[in-house]
This record gives sequence, structure tokens and C-alpha cells, in this order.
Amino acid sequence: MRALRGANFSVLPGEVVALVGDNGAGKSTLVKTLAGVHRPDSGEILFEGRSVQIGSPLEARALGIETVYQDLALAADLDPAANLFMGREVLRGGLIGKLGFLNNSEMHRRAAEAFTSLGIGLQDSTAPVATMSGGQRQGVAVSRAVTWASKVVFMDEPTAALGVVQTRHVLDLIRSVREQGLSVVLISHNMPEVFEVADRIEVLRLGERVAQLKRQDVTMEDVVGAMTGAIKQEA
Amino acid sequence: MSTATTPDEALPDEEVQPRPPWWQRFVTGSSTWIGLILVGLILVFSTLEYDSFVSASNARNVATDAAVLLVLAVGMTFVIVTAGIDLSVGAVLVFSGVISARLMNAVGGNDWGTILIGLAGALGAGLAWGTLNGFLIAKAKIPALIVTLGTLGMALGGALLITGGVDEREVPFKLIDTIGIGRVFDQIPYLVIIAFTVAIVFGVVLAATRFGRNTYAIGSNEEAARRAGINVDRHLVKVYALAGTLSGLAGFMNLARFGTTTIGGHNTDNLQAIAAVVIGGTSLFGGVGTVLGSVFGVFIPAVLQNGFVITGVQPFWQQVAVGAVLIGAVYLDQLRRRSQHQR
Repeated sequence: MRALRGANFSVLPGEVVALVGDNGAGKSTLVKTLAGVHRPDSGEILFEGRSVQIGSPLEARALGIETVYQDLALAADLDPAANLFMGREVLRGGLIGKLGFLNNSEMHRRAAEAFTSLGIGLQDSTAPVATMSGGQRQGVAVSRAVTWASKVVFMDEPTAALGVVQTRHVLDLIRSVREQGLSVVLISHNMPEVFEVADRIEVLRLGERVAQLKRQDVTMEDVVGAMTGAIKQEA
Repeated sequence: MSTATTPDEALPDEEVQPRPPWWQRFVTGSSTWIGLILVGLILVFSTLEYDSFVSASNARNVATDAAVLLVLAVGMTFVIVTAGIDLSVGAVLVFSGVISARLMNAVGGNDWGTILIGLAGALGAGLAWGTLNGFLIAKAKIPALIVTLGTLGMALGGALLITGGVDEREVPFKLIDTIGIGRVFDQIPYLVIIAFTVAIVFGVVLAATRFGRNTYAIGSNEEAARRAGINVDRHLVKVYALAGTLSGLAGFMNLARFGTTTIGGHNTDNLQAIAAVVIGGTSLFGGVGTVLGSVFGVFIPAVLQNGFVITGVQPFWQQVAVGAVLIGAVYLDQLRRRSQHQR
């Protein structure tokens, strides 16, 4: 099956760009390709002007790209700190660290700092993530991406599972991430949300990019029109 | 999904709670309750038959009987924490014992050199079967239940082919005399020391190292672990290789204890090890469990068996009781998961 057919997509430094499209347009597939989960059959990825291969999540990470997946990709039985440091555990110093012993207190301390600075309230930072609410889980997943990203954060439907207050919180979070100089790619169905935080909007339809829009130049009707195929900007 | 979240839980100014001290985590840990059940059993049997139950020699008997199973259960704990299963441990135990006995007899002699060669043979045979399990599960993506059911048959069949179906009855006497029936300070059997050393070392590995943390992460959410950059396939191979190697060690201990390969005597070892691990609070769905819990899970059936014999209850009741405890343990795990997913 071909999910993407010559899809183009671009992100500029320090901007929030919304990637929108109807169900099955290939948004999640495009993100997973850029995050190194899927390998593209053909095409080129330019990163800061040079051509790069992103063959695995590790290679994406090395470029400073982090992703908040739609399913959050959390280990529900582990606590928030263990999730924040999954695959990047901090080890103790010296010989005992060489043996692979974890420095749990350091990881908990740094995780608590990250959660506090992003305003994510956790009653108990040692409880498994499974016992937490949807908003708290989202917060843990977003903190993880933001903590480790140095260039780009992809967020796949970050507010889909959230209530009103948590949604507001995630949108504030997106703005503060941009202020730190990172680029944010927001994948969303929710037009009011997109118009609230995005600087630019790119529209995907049936695996192709059909429009690149500046938020201040367009209305929601234009974007919906591009999503459904009523308006076509690019051939 | 949370539709009914309260607004205050996302307030920015809320402080993150500090990590509680280790003793609090211990008291609230799931294995603590299993440990209390074990203590309760010991108290009951002690009250009923103080003189014969509470004695150094009886404790020694129970621990020696449990030693081989404990080594199997430690490896099984790692496997089940990754949400896998290993049915081949008993067959690999037998196969490794056969290889070890054959090697020692081929080399000949009755000294430590021969015994070490036998140990290396047992560990090597276990490692080979475990690695095969791991590759078939992680790389060929065949379900663990099927792979290890297949290698169960292959290892047991292989042991029968090598021996022609007749137990290997000759092993160096020194092995039996020292590791098999010997005791440290004339008190603690070597078999018990080995089993507890294995439990402590790998208990610490699971609880405190990156290897252990990755084991939990994979069992909890394999896809998330993969996306977090953990080499899931390689880790699974290592986990099954560990379980196989420990089965090889168990085979060597079994050989030392009985002085024969006991080919026909391990048909339910796999189920006993799985039962012990599950009774100890490790979830069959992965992501949760401790080696300490598995130690308790090994000793609950052992103490029941011993206690029933001493108190004059028909020992057949032990199987009934262990079955009930097993179902109860899994039911508790289900209840825990259901209450979490309602959030």
C-alpha cells in the first residue's frame, strides 16, 4: 500500500507549522517517516540544507528530532521518570555505572524539574503511568519530547484525548517550546486549535501536499477546502 | 481516555512529589503481600507442628528441594516480564545435564577440572538453546509459546537420542560429594547458596540496571521501547539466552544432587517455574514483576508440600492448594489492571 505519493513538507526554524488533512491523508505516516519509524521508498530529506538519511528513531534523535506519537508511546507500567528517560537512562558514576546501574535519584530529580518547568502536575511521580489521567499521560509524553529535542518536535494529535483545560495547557506548551527556539509540527484535525497556535499550515490530501498557507492570509474555510479537494494550490 | 478530569490536576504551580524512601516502596510493593502469605504459612505450620517443622534440618530440606526450581524461576521472571513465556526450561535442564554428564565421563577423572568442564558444557548447552529461542522469537517473529514448545520437544528428544533413553548414571563422585550434598560450615547446602546467589545477582540486575529497565520497558510497551531507541530484538535474544543458560545451570545442579540425569523427571518443571513466577506477582502481560516475588512464589508450594507431609495432611492437597493460589494471583493481577484502565 502506498500511503504517501510524492508528499512534500517543510518546517522552518522556530515556527509552529500545522500539518492538516482528512483521515487517511497520510499525516501520521509522514511523521513516522520523518521520525525514523518507517523507511521511505524514495525521496530526499533535507535537514539544515544537507541531505540526511533517517533510518531509525536513533538517527532522528541524533538530529534533534523528537516525536509525541498519537498513542503516546509510553510504557504504562513504568513511572513518569522512567518513561522520560526510556532509552536514555542515566547511569551511576564509576565502576558501578559501567556495570549498568541506574542513577534513579538523578533521573527522578531531572524529571521532576522537567515536569515542574512545563507545568505538568503529577500527584505521585513514582506511580505507574497507567494510573494517571489522560492529561497527565499526555504531559509526560510531551515533556519527554521537549526535554530531548534540540531542533524539531512532532506532535501527532496531541490534544485528541484531552479535556478543555488540558488542551489549553498543551497549546501553551507548544508556544513555550517555540519560544525556546524549537520548531513544532502540529498534526491536528481541530481547526480552531490550528489557527490559534500555528504560524503556517500545510495541507495533505491523499498522500500529497496540496497547499502551503500562512495563517494570517487564510480562513478556516480555505483550509477545509484544501483538505477536501475543493481548492487546489499545488499540482 | 479521560473525559472527567478535574481542572486542578493540570495547574502549573503544582509541585511534583519527591520519590518516597526505599522502605516505603518496599512496604507498598506487590511482592510484599506474597511474602506475607509465605510468612503466614510458615507460622501456621509452626504452630501446628513446632518440633518437626521448625528445625534447621527441615529448613534445609525445603530449601534444597526448591533450589533447582528457584534457578529456573529467576530466568523465567525475566522472560515473563518481557511478556514472553519459556516452556522449554525443563527440557533444556535435562539436555544440559546429559551433555554435562557425557562431557565429564568423556574427559574422565574425579577432580575440579573435570567438574568445571561439565559446568561449562551445561551452561553452553543452555545458552545455545536459549539463544535459538531468542532468535526465533525476536527475529523470525514466531510466538514464544510455539517456539519454546518446539524447542521443548527438540531438547528432550535430543537428550533421549544422545542417551538412547537410558539415564546417564555416572558422574564424578567429587561433584556429588561437594556441590550435590555438601554444606558450607556443615549447615547451608551448596545448592541453596548457588540458587540464592543467582536470585540475588539477577534480582539486582532486574531492579537496578539498564538491562532490567529495558526488560520492563519492552514488556510494558514493545513498540514504545523500539521508538525510544532500545534495540528490542537484541534484548529479547539476551533475555531468552539468559533463561536458557540458567536452565543449563539448573541442569548441572540437578546432576550434582541426584548423580543421574533424571530424564523423565522434569516434565512439569516449566509449569512449576511459570506458576512460581506468576504467584510471585509477575504479570503474564509483561512489564511488572520482581525476582523477590518469584523467590516467594517458589517457596509457597515448597512450604505447603513440606507442611502437609509434616502435619499429616495428604500431600496431594498441595497440588490443589498451589492451583488455587495460582488462579488467585492471576485474578489479583487482572483486578489491578482493570482498576488502572478505568481511569
